[in-house]
Formats: sequence, structure tokens, C-alpha cells
Amino acid sequence: MLFSDYNVNIIFEDGVLTAFIKGEVDHHNAVAARRRIDRELEEKRPHELVLDLGGVNFMDSSGLGLILGRYSKASELGIAFAVCNPTPATMKILSLAGGERIIKIISDEVK
Amino acid sequence: MSKTELINELKLAFPSYSVNEGGARAMVSAFCASLNPTVDELSDIRCAVSEAVTNSIVHGYRNTIGTIFIMVRLYSDRTVKIEIKDKGCGISDIEQALQPLFTTDPAGERSGMGFTVMENFTDSVVVRSAPGKGTKVTLKKKLSKLTQNR
Repeated sequence: MLFSDYNVNIIFEDGVLTAFIKGEVDHHNAVAARRRIDRELEEKRPHELVLDLGGVNFMDSSGLGLILGRYSKASELGIAFAVCNPTPATMKILSLAGGERIIKIISDEVK
Repeated sequence: MSKTELINELKLAFPSYSVNEGGARAMVSAFCASLNPTVDELSDIRCAVSEAVTNSIVHGYRNTIGTIFIMVRLYSDRTVKIEIKDKGCGISDIEQALQPLFTTDPAGERSGMGFTVMENFTDSVVVRSAPGKGTKVTLKKKLSKLTQNR
């Protein structure tokens, strides 16, 4: 069995945990990304979690599961949640599930 | 009207390791590129194939490894037909499986949107399945006409 070496860059600053998701977010990579982000979330207990999707060049419904899953996890822990810089292709997937109505989306490079 | 002819065909068979999801969609989209699709059309195909392959891995061959078969056919009227087949556990209630947000695996953070993505990103999705026998998903997409200023 081959495991994903998928890596997520994480920055923790002023109580905001930003996870930079990049490359192809499919079922294989989403499992590794989920583990990494959740571990940081438990350790750092930020007041906000931001998923930066600017570097994503492919996403399917597994990526949607990753985003909605982090949204629920953050909500459970009382942590604010936002997604930033989604590409048009990513937005297409997000809006299929009505994600843009429940999730705060920031499209500006500068928050 | 000229008759629609089969102009090219690709067959793939690979074990259901999740690491193969990326390769499968990349090979299918590279093969379809000979029809000169738009960037958006190619991106839709890649995504729909990824959903079907992931379903075979996560649901069809849950807790086991089996072979996934893909056949892609390109037709002269610019139709792409893609079959994704497994010999896994099959789907007992296809109608329920097709419902948006329905999933048998919420703990795995499956969004339940796989078939919805396939339906939205292609022109037709046909699912044939029998419990214990496996599942075959057939996707069809007609590519837009070639224009000079594409």
C-alpha cells in the first residue's frame, strides 16, 4: 500500500491558523491533509482556521469532504472558519453542495 | 449527416490503490486531449473520472484491493464515452446512491457528492450494478465544436 506524501504548509499567526492546500486534492491526498490540519488544530487551538486554496490545481468531491469536514470540526471546537483564494474550478465543486452559502469565502490575496 | 464512427480507444486496468486515482484521471484526460477539448471540458472529464474511480476504491473494493477497468472511446461526432468498472461489492440501491449528499461512509468524510459531480460535469451518467458482482459507470460527454479562435 502506498501512502500519500502530500504535505500542507501551515502558518500560525495572531491566533489564525492558515493551511495552504496545494496541488491535487483527491481522496488519496485528502486523507493526509485532513490528518495534518486536525493535528495542528488540536495543538494550537486558534480562534480562526483558514484554508488557502490558491495553490489547488485539481479538486473533486473528496476535497469538498475535506473542506466541509474541517468546517464541522472548527465549528465543534468554537473556531471561526474561512476558505480563501478558490480557483473557478474549485468554486464550481464548492457551489454544487451549496458550500458557498455556509462557508465564508475570501477571494482577496490580502486578508 | 455522416455516420458516427469510433475513432480511438483506450483500455486501462490497475489495482485499486488510492495512489492510482491521480494517474487514472491524468491518462484519461491526456487521451481525450487528441479531440482538442476546451480547458474546462478537460477539467470536467478529469473530475468525473476521479469520482468514479474513487467510488470503486472507497466503496466497491472497501477493505480489499481489486482491479479497476477503464475504457475510453472517442467518436467522430466528438462524443467521449468512458466506462469505469469494478468487480467489487456492488450497489444495492442505485437510486439512493445517486442522491446528492447520500453516503454510506460519513466517518470517512465522504461528501456524498460523487455522482452529483459526475452528473453535472458530463452529459449522461448510467450506473449498472449488482450486489456482489460489481459496478459499471458509463459517462458520456459531447465536446463543443472546434472553432478557429479557441
